[in-house]
Amino acid sequence: MEKFLLKYFTLIRVIIAIGIGIVISVFLIYLTSQEPGFSLRSFLLGPFLTRSRLAHLFETASPIIFCGLAIAVAFQAKQFNIGAEGSLYLGAAVGTAFAVSTNMPAFIHVPLVLLIAGLTGALWSFIPGILKAKWKASELVSSLMLNYVAYFLGLYLINYHFRDKEAGFLVSFKLPETAWLARFIPDTRIHYGIILALVFAVLVYYFLYHTTAGYEIRSTGFNERFARFGGISVFKVIILCQVILGFLAAFGGMTEVMGIHRRFLWQSSPGYGWDGIIVAIIGRSHPLLIVPASFFLAYMRVGGRVLNLMSDVPAEMVMVIQSIIILLITAEAFLSQWKYRITVRQAERGGAA
Amino acid sequence: MNPLLQSILSAEFGFAIFRVMTPLLFASIGVSISRLAGTINISMEGTMLVSAFVGVLVSAFTNSLILALLAGVAAGVAMGAILSYFHLRLKADIILAAIALNMFASGITVFLLFLATGDKGSSSSLKSMLFPEVHIPLIKSIPVLGTIISGHNIMTYGAFLAIILFYIITFKTPLGLRIRAVGQNPHAAESVGINVNRTRMWALMLSGFFGAFGGLYLSMGYVSWFARDMTAGRGWIAIAAATLGGYMPLGTFLASLLFGAVNALAIYFASLQIPSELIALIPYLATVIALTIYSAQAQKKRHRKVEEAKQVGTIKETT
Repeated sequence: MEKFLLKYFTLIRVIIAIGIGIVISVFLIYLTSQEPGFSLRSFLLGPFLTRSRLAHLFETASPIIFCGLAIAVAFQAKQFNIGAEGSLYLGAAVGTAFAVSTNMPAFIHVPLVLLIAGLTGALWSFIPGILKAKWKASELVSSLMLNYVAYFLGLYLINYHFRDKEAGFLVSFKLPETAWLARFIPDTRIHYGIILALVFAVLVYYFLYHTTAGYEIRSTGFNERFARFGGISVFKVIILCQVILGFLAAFGGMTEVMGIHRRFLWQSSPGYGWDGIIVAIIGRSHPLLIVPASFFLAYMRVGGRVLNLMSDVPAEMVMVIQSIIILLITAEAFLSQWKYRITVRQAERGGAA
Repeated sequence: MNPLLQSILSAEFGFAIFRVMTPLLFASIGVSISRLAGTINISMEGTMLVSAFVGVLVSAFTNSLILALLAGVAAGVAMGAILSYFHLRLKADIILAAIALNMFASGITVFLLFLATGDKGSSSSLKSMLFPEVHIPLIKSIPVLGTIISGHNIMTYGAFLAIILFYIITFKTPLGLRIRAVGQNPHAAESVGINVNRTRMWALMLSGFFGAFGGLYLSMGYVSWFARDMTAGRGWIAIAAATLGGYMPLGTFLASLLFGAVNALAIYFASLQIPSELIALIPYLATVIALTIYSAQAQKKRHRKVEEAKQVGTIKETT
């Protein structure tokens, strides 16, 4: 039992942190709601109760998986680029612009639109990468500032050049049907984006753990000096993981546009880039753990939305809970006393035998 | 004369710069002091947001400006304390912990705003108070200069005092000495008996203290209400300003002035026939450019030092 605890200590810690988060949410609901029992049920069970909410869970998870993978690649190299949001926004805007102004058969149109969006994101993310690699400009600050620039550029592109004036509100033209991602479960909006997300999770896992470039990224993150001495070009690694980050984020954003809305309607940035950071932390930057982490976050989000609709508790409670969970997970010393005691006990027993 | 040039050269433009730079100045002082101790506080965005919210709420319910000020500052210090607890005691990565704190601030303020007012957008239904404007006698009657310097919110003058206070704390107090020592070399500082963690804790709490004023000014001076995510990236621009200013009092001041001017310029550009989206991105783009130029300069300096050291080395070898 104790051996098991030691082996899966990190995982157990994550689960305990999530548990504490849920306990706090129960506490908050009882504190604020007039009918706490009902509110609590809406929050915790709500996402599973109807077919459309369950579908919503999958729809919400898919862009988050993409962004989580994007951030995970950067985190593995210890690059704190938080520019996924900007890449996603601008990439999806440019992808939309391309999709509505071209006409071709679906089997070329769909991959081409996705590719254009992804490349735009990669190019955008290349900027903080090159600034960091060449001049050591903090990628944290520059990528965040570029998020705002990307947002306003994307907004300008859509509102001034691709706006559908007949739609009644500020949205782009509808994408031609040839650029739609098909929905494969009737009466839901679950589209092929989720399948692509899962495929990419496996691809990124393979890339990080079974290729030379992936090894170089992980080595750089583990110890930059060591990597340098080992002959790894840190310059290349920084650029590479930033470009991958931008590509994945923008690709994910585009699948959402092509599969769910079928036009560009984000007048404010959707926030998936930040969700990516959350799931990268919860999933410990491991591509395969990003998937369950994303579903967990999607579950909290859908729960929050149900809560907002059905009860008197605002959905922002979820933001509070998720930040507490992240704080606990990143706190390395949280529960380490406990681990220490088990290790000591194990060692003593080993010594006696 | 070109109308744009005319408005930039006017005294009102000078006034606008000071108005816009006030929150940036407070926040970048906060960032600088934490960075001097070697633990950069990037939760400035959240700190300002929480203080802005607490100030409005307390002033609306107590009708006391003093209580609002105290509560807002206490909230800012508390944010610094939470960050230092998670980073120093629980060994959380400071960047990730600060990102989490920023999310926390964004969520908790809207959550509580909704509970207090039933509105999630802004606190406009609450009757909150404002910090007073100060008209300096004599100076206000001087043409041009009077328009630029006089008539500001008391917080703007407070920001100038804060720069002096920052200078005094850093260079004239034992705490400042410890902060700088810990930032430059924690092991050396520890070897002479300085408690590294406690010093960093103080630095982070001071950082929250200064940031709090920036937040209070935003909701009770710049405008008279709290709106969700009203800091709009100022906490991050402050990090860029602090970096650009080399984390030193005068540098921080000049960098904030620069960003204030760019921001004010963006407001003035709005009078032209340029899409508002393209104007809104100017300050952020300017930040990236300024940060890059600064980093490139700093790198050049480092290279030169290395080259000099190498040359000294070769001279010694040959003699």
